[in-house]
Amino acid sequence: MQTNILEYLEKTAARVPDKTAYADDKTALTFREVYENSRSIGSFLSARGIYREPVVVFMKKTPAAVAAFFGAVYGGDFYVPLDDEMPRYRMELIFETLQARAVICDEKTRKVMEQLQFEGEIFLYEDMIRHPEDPEALGRIRSQALDIDPIYVVFTSGSTGVPKGVAACHRSVLDYVENLSQVLGFGEDTVFANQSPFYFDACLKELYPTMMFGATTYIVPKSLFMFPVRLVEFLNRHQVNTICWVVSALTMISSFGTFDTVKPEFLRTIAFGSEVFPIRQYRLWKEAVPQARFFNLYGPTEATGMSCYYEVDREFALDEAIPIGRPFKNTEILLLDEENRRADEGEIYIRGTAVTLGYYNNKEKTAEAFVQNPLNPWYPEIVYRTGDIGRYNERGELVFVSRRDFQIKHMGHRIELGEVEIHAGLVEGVRMAACIYDSENSKIVLFYVGEADPSAVMASLKQKLPRYMLPNRIRQIRQMPFTANGKINRMALKEIDQEN
Amino acid sequence: MDEILAILQDLHPDVDFETCDTLIDDGILDSFDIVTIIAEISDAFDVKIGAEQIVPENFNSAEALWDLVRRLEDED
Repeated sequence: MQTNILEYLEKTAARVPDKTAYADDKTALTFREVYENSRSIGSFLSARGIYREPVVVFMKKTPAAVAAFFGAVYGGDFYVPLDDEMPRYRMELIFETLQARAVICDEKTRKVMEQLQFEGEIFLYEDMIRHPEDPEALGRIRSQALDIDPIYVVFTSGSTGVPKGVAACHRSVLDYVENLSQVLGFGEDTVFANQSPFYFDACLKELYPTMMFGATTYIVPKSLFMFPVRLVEFLNRHQVNTICWVVSALTMISSFGTFDTVKPEFLRTIAFGSEVFPIRQYRLWKEAVPQARFFNLYGPTEATGMSCYYEVDREFALDEAIPIGRPFKNTEILLLDEENRRADEGEIYIRGTAVTLGYYNNKEKTAEAFVQNPLNPWYPEIVYRTGDIGRYNERGELVFVSRRDFQIKHMGHRIELGEVEIHAGLVEGVRMAACIYDSENSKIVLFYVGEADPSAVMASLKQKLPRYMLPNRIRQIRQMPFTANGKINRMALKEIDQEN
Repeated sequence: MDEILAILQDLHPDVDFETCDTLIDDGILDSFDIVTIIAEISDAFDVKIGAEQIVPENFNSAEALWDLVRRLEDED
């Protein structure tokens, strides 16, 4: 039985060593190179005694970064991807949670890293891959590795203002990747175009099946997602046949009439998720790429990636939502009402091997969301409580209904509005701040009371929050509206927003 | 031109759009901004920006956007 994700790489590198594994617009790595580089990195880490601890990978989004991820796993460690666009403040919060001793940088990110408050060691990728491989050390590490050991920690928005790090182990990733690949029909001839940043679990959908099957992943330059014609030309140039993208990346293409100019010629699998795909846009895609299969995916980072899928197999009316369907094999969805009884509509709980280990170095938040299965008082069994409300439709398919709290999905990113509010409230000259989400226009709207100038509020938020969390509209108001029981009246804020 | 500046300023109150001509090259605008700008310009000037016009050269500065709008208006 396979117990380590690196076994994929080892089998594939032996079978198709010279095939391109990961490529961007400037560089590419074959499977042999990924294998050799990551083993060198693992040997390097082992030689320095970095073992069973977090290794931050702070690099540009390149094929090399992927080799660094696997290098950390070869060293018996777990990788933590960070992004060079992340504000310094947020990085420091993450370092505080991790207490990491090692960071892997490239030439460009090293300069940023050297300015941060960081006690540990900064290693250069280029130096690490020159380190001689130490098969004995790597063999020892492997023989002591278990499938319940973590392989990565990815950080997600936290309502208290501190990001939460979700830790996932080999077994969860193996379970997820095998079942996802089976449903979506990945294979050796699959050519992926990766859209998701590496610091989200969403990139697992490309990185791991590529390694498993000997497929190829092209990393799409981020700037192309602004320019739809060039993006489709990129897909055609590389003969990309499979994309797993956020809905906003797909609608960016379809909504501007791109298909009148150029159509994706090779696509046969289109998976989208985490947001509602407007039917009008879906129809444009279906018309432009009639030979493709379309899948709606649903799942939280805390359950490794995606937990449910639905292959779009019928027509939908413009006001209908595409279902999230049913769980992947070896995953169960429980819909529970407030008394923890099974219900036709209720909170979505996820049960299975894909449920991750919890939030790294955060017992309190872990205990809130990773809970004993309420239906099982007999033996320990952890399930993940999503905070999402779901229901079954008349066909028995799962449908996403809403959130229980102030978490939103904005351009494919999961955001706690509370995190934005906390940082806005800390700006000098802001006495009170509250956020709403204008879901119709996909805009985060921040309201505040205080004498601070809106541009100062924005400038300050840019220091604290990643770009995707920044409010799209800022409104200075004289008084915060409150409900009768003293809570901020968000309905009233929505009305104020609409009036303007 | 003032309307264009107002649309941009609304997105990023802290950027000087009158002088900046590297809005794309320096990553000041992202894909979300582009979508918003296109929607607002289409509304404000009653023009249709097609996919072929959504290229970096047309979005690098307020000036370039203004030129684009005038070209589109002339076409009508």
